[in-house]
Amino acid sequence: MNAVPSSNLKAQDRLASCLLSLGTAGFAALKSAGSTLGPALLCVIPSENWAGAAELAAAGDCRWAAGWADEQGGAAIVHALLEKAGDYLLLRTQLPPGCNELASQTPYFPGAARPERHARDLFGLDFLGHPDSRRWVRHQAWDERSFPLRENFPLSGHPQPLTPPDRHYAFASARGDEVNEIPVGPVHAGIIEPGHFRFLAVGETVLNLEERLGYVHKGIEKLAVGRDPESLARLAGRISGDTTVGHAWAACQAMERASGIEPPPRALWLRAIFAERERVANHLNDIGMICNDTAFAFGYYQFSRLRELWLRDNLRWFGHRLLMDRVVPGGVAADLTAEAAAAMPAAIASLKRELDELKPILDSGPIFQDRVVAAGILPESTARALGCLGYVGRASGIDWDLREQSPYAPYDRLEVHAAVRGEGDVAARLYLRYAEVYASLNLIEACLGRIDDGPIRAGWHPPAESAESLGLVEGWRGEITAYVRFDGKGRIARFYPRDPSVFNWPALEKLILGNIVPDFPLCNKSVNGSYSGQDL
Amino acid sequence: MDWLLALIQAVLFVLLAPLFSGWLKWVKCLLQNRRPPPLWQPYRDLRKLFGKRPVVADTASWLFPATPYVVFGAAALSAAIVPFFAVNLPTAAIADMIVLVGFFALSRFFLTLAGLDVGTAFGGMGSSRDMTIASLAEPAMLMAIFTLALTASTTNISVAIDYLLDSGFALRPSFLFALGGLLLVAVAETGRIPIDNPATHLELTMIHEAMILEYSGRHLALIEWAGQIRLMLYGVLIANIFLPWGLAREFTPEALGVGLAAIGVKLGVLAAVLALAETSVAKMRLFRVQEFLGFAYLLALLGMLSHIILEV
Repeated sequence: MNAVPSSNLKAQDRLASCLLSLGTAGFAALKSAGSTLGPALLCVIPSENWAGAAELAAAGDCRWAAGWADEQGGAAIVHALLEKAGDYLLLRTQLPPGCNELASQTPYFPGAARPERHARDLFGLDFLGHPDSRRWVRHQAWDERSFPLRENFPLSGHPQPLTPPDRHYAFASARGDEVNEIPVGPVHAGIIEPGHFRFLAVGETVLNLEERLGYVHKGIEKLAVGRDPESLARLAGRISGDTTVGHAWAACQAMERASGIEPPPRALWLRAIFAERERVANHLNDIGMICNDTAFAFGYYQFSRLRELWLRDNLRWFGHRLLMDRVVPGGVAADLTAEAAAAMPAAIASLKRELDELKPILDSGPIFQDRVVAAGILPESTARALGCLGYVGRASGIDWDLREQSPYAPYDRLEVHAAVRGEGDVAARLYLRYAEVYASLNLIEACLGRIDDGPIRAGWHPPAESAESLGLVEGWRGEITAYVRFDGKGRIARFYPRDPSVFNWPALEKLILGNIVPDFPLCNKSVNGSYSGQDL
Repeated sequence: MDWLLALIQAVLFVLLAPLFSGWLKWVKCLLQNRRPPPLWQPYRDLRKLFGKRPVVADTASWLFPATPYVVFGAAALSAAIVPFFAVNLPTAAIADMIVLVGFFALSRFFLTLAGLDVGTAFGGMGSSRDMTIASLAEPAMLMAIFTLALTASTTNISVAIDYLLDSGFALRPSFLFALGGLLLVAVAETGRIPIDNPATHLELTMIHEAMILEYSGRHLALIEWAGQIRLMLYGVLIANIFLPWGLAREFTPEALGVGLAAIGVKLGVLAAVLALAETSVAKMRLFRVQEFLGFAYLLALLGMLSHIILEV
């Protein structure tokens, strides 16, 4: 690392020594020195060094993987999770009691913008130097001076009979006769989640797109407070319905790490099978929906049919179409029966056969190819700056898959090779999904071949007082992080799940630029961010 | 008697148009592995919509509620001047092909203005896109029709078809080109895939649907019905100009029965072809439409040239 600001060199604190070595060795070299929090190295720094740390980390090519606030005994605590070369560093700072001001890390990590606005709306923290002072997840559901995640805010909230409309949000505007402003949503014509999009267009060309999300803010973080582990896993499974396995696994992994529980091997194999089945189902759905957005009816109905058959198998073998509530603290709630184990390889083989047949049809449709190729290009530099995850990042050349680069059980015993492409367009995100379906099918076969006999769930024992940990799981949309802190009674004091959509939604605002308005639905579907997962 | 028959033909045309759409949907469903709705589903939809009170925006002028009637009226009058199952009816003598194109233009003029009238972003977007397409489609359509007119030495559709029936079956290169051009124009003008997707819910990709997004109740019913008539008009034009056989030339019950059966079969096959194309093809990028319609114009022009070079 060459450019180390002199002010930080002088500080000579733990942070400087931690971060100075980032450029060369990653965090692994520091593991002996620091305390760990789950898989991440914990680094507590003074609040005045918060921005400096971000500057160093950005200069050291770290990725800003998550950020959230917390409160203990009236003092606000802020976290930032950094990743480099598969190692995680959790930065933590505690603000003096009564102080709500902290330097923003957004100038160094653009992806931090929305998480910091989220923390500002819910905790009342003021991030100095943040480029955007507008509210984010806060609409008008609670008044300006109350902050729902503060300890003194009641769990029941202050319900109003009618939430006032969220007017006067200052969208970016442009002047000039040629510029056309197109408001879309939050209620859409299709059966999808709510979110508002504000386009500035010249003719059909998109000049600017601004997202306004937060319409499905359910208060997940507040609802988690006071729950027991079982009930937190249920809540996590409902953060985003299509990622129920991913989020439940991340939350359970965090809780298990906090209390030192090791799930039995069979449970881990089953979790991997569930996660891969979830990935396959969602990718099939997305491929079908991308076909539908180009009005390619044949593709839409074929992939929808395959997904439906896949989900029915889920129901038959594991008792739930989406595998909701199958991942529980300490293990899993559904076992693999001998009958299911015997039937699954045939179902996989048949799916592969159909996919083999369908791929040439997608490839050879000239109009379809014309729609997806070179539409909505996300350059790698933009994807890296925003910290894009999953297929969005990998389609733009970011070779990051937790299962491969930082494997957790049972992926540490499997060979995962994540597909990576460099084009960054709709076609790249489409074909990356196609490749991932095959890879997941192979992984399921590998899991089936190696699954151990034995119990599927370990007994639960409460963790130590204020035990905390991190869960890190590669969901179908990408890396999911979950932070869990317990109180003294074995119940949840703080839960922060970070869906990959947090970083993929901003990418949509960038990749649409220069495209035409009628291509937006297609670009949007190729990213397919979760509204619910980002709104929490 | 002739006038009565003309009236019956026009009314039948208008009444059967939803059935044609229902049949098209039915074939499409089967091709897509779906269970089709009954053939008379479009009638149910229309009845439902007619039973609903239209909601009109505060910002709408008189133009907005008037447009559905103009559009439906134009469609119904067009239906009256196109030979459906019989030629040489008195209505056919009143108006010719130019008037037919004029009716299409009239309803488009009102629809685009109505799209702009309420002031929503989608309406304006739809109107702008529809005008772009119209400016390219109308010359191609006129060119294709002129090819026919040159052959028959008349712009009257009924007389032209009568001439074709008299001259017997002859493979005219000019007609093949014109047919190709007219097929492409028909796809664009009726808002079908690959130009527009009548079944989409994606507001930002809509063309025709974006213009009528603000319509509801009986207003929407009239516009939908007019759209169904227009779709069938193109079908009947293509079927009866290029394959006129079976059309009733005498007004005996047998001849009329044969005429009705013939057009039914022709439309049924045409809809099946359209459904097959719509299932297997994706929708184009909006900015590829000019290439598509440019090609339609080229085909129509080639038709006329080959008529002049080869057939005169």
